[in-house]
Amino acid sequence: MRAFTLDDLKGIMQRAGGIDGASELDVESADTSFYDLGYDSLAVLEIAARIQEDFTVRLSDDMVERLASPSDAISVVNELLAGGA
Amino acid sequence: MTARAAITGMGILAPNGIGHEAYWRATLAGTGGIGEITRFDATQYPSRLAGVIHDFDPASYLPSRLIVQTDLWSQFALAATAMALDDAGVDLASVPEFEFGVVTASSSGGNEFGQREIQKLWSRGPHFVGAYQSIAWFYAATTGQISIRHGARGACGVMVSEQASGLDALGQARRAIRSEARVVVSGGTEAPLSPYALVCQLASGRLSDSADPEHCYLPFDAAARGHVPGEGGAILIVEDVAAATAREARIYAEIAGYAAGFDPQPGGGHSPSLARTITLALADAGIPPQDVDVVFADAAAVPWLDRSEAAAIETVFGPHAVPVTAPKTMVGRLYAGGAPLDVATALLAIRDGVIPPTAGVGELGDGYQIDLVRGDARTARLRTALVIARGFGGFNAALLVRATD
Repeated sequence: MRAFTLDDLKGIMQRAGGIDGASELDVESADTSFYDLGYDSLAVLEIAARIQEDFTVRLSDDMVERLASPSDAISVVNELLAGGA
Repeated sequence: MTARAAITGMGILAPNGIGHEAYWRATLAGTGGIGEITRFDATQYPSRLAGVIHDFDPASYLPSRLIVQTDLWSQFALAATAMALDDAGVDLASVPEFEFGVVTASSSGGNEFGQREIQKLWSRGPHFVGAYQSIAWFYAATTGQISIRHGARGACGVMVSEQASGLDALGQARRAIRSEARVVVSGGTEAPLSPYALVCQLASGRLSDSADPEHCYLPFDAAARGHVPGEGGAILIVEDVAAATAREARIYAEIAGYAAGFDPQPGGGHSPSLARTITLALADAGIPPQDVDVVFADAAAVPWLDRSEAAAIETVFGPHAVPVTAPKTMVGRLYAGGAPLDVATALLAIRDGVIPPTAGVGELGDGYQIDLVRGDARTARLRTALVIARGFGGFNAALLVRATD
């Protein structure tokens, strides 16, 4: 299973929460919180739902609560993919 | 001193026009917007015609962030709200936040969005249902989104009584004005063209199965055979008359009277209540029947409902005593958007002194004693209009608008 990349996440963010906050996202700004990027708690839930659809991983409610920023999301998902979850 | 409520702005999205001037031009010319349903393949359904709004691109009105979390029904309303606020010219920054409210009408909520998520639920599982389902399908979604987008922290709510919802929402908006509100975004829209929504409507037994877009929805006609659905509606800005006058707003008309009623079950031996509802609305307005210049009919186009409505009009006003019209024959029944669109149409009729025609209707059925305006639009001096609306299941409502100048 291939890794979950920032580009994958950007695509999901755009579909889940609209284009605006995701288009300028890069490695430097990936630590910015979702909230500061314009994605509220519902948008983060939606992003988590789309990740689970596209990458066949299961994100528990606890995990979703810990997704504060894009870089958090990338590391959590890749841990799950590596663990074969 | 009881505050009075007036309408100072309108935003219309209708199958025959986007924007109130485009809609009004088309309506006066008798140009309709009914055709084949195009939002999905409806060829297998017994009813395939509807008033469809072509050329509505949500991205022209809304940021993508809002588009992904709303159904088309709310997108219509958000676009119409922007038009209506612009038309009213009210400076929202000057309205205290708790005096700015939103009361919309809804009949079926977010159909297309909800159906998509329900399909995911049953075909793939609960984890595939999107988070926005929680806010996109339910009746108050439009009110919520309008309130958030425009900072309306005052009285907010939604009225759900099928085609009567629009009048009930305006009645509620007037109540809010009489309480603490200075400005209320009201009216409503509907997006009833998804497979699930169409099946629900088919179950009512009231949809026309005609294949002729020009003669499918014929209220009071000898050949009446049901209605066609339509999408869109109207958002109306309701304002305290004193505040509107103080800012020198253009006031279309005052909401002079309103009443709601409920019909008994057919065949149960009790009389329908529409005549009483109309009488109550007139009493509320302090207007005698002879002062009403035009009636915008509910126009169900189902024979027993047409007879009931004509009987109520004849009882209250007398036979052939007042012009009656149903321009909704050009666009279909818009459910939660229907009565607001009728009210907006009444305001434009008053403004321009012309009654739009009822389209397609030829010979009236036996025994109808109503002056139904057909063919060309009819010039007339208009100050007071009655709008009637009935919702499936027994809801009925009547609302009177009256020019203030």
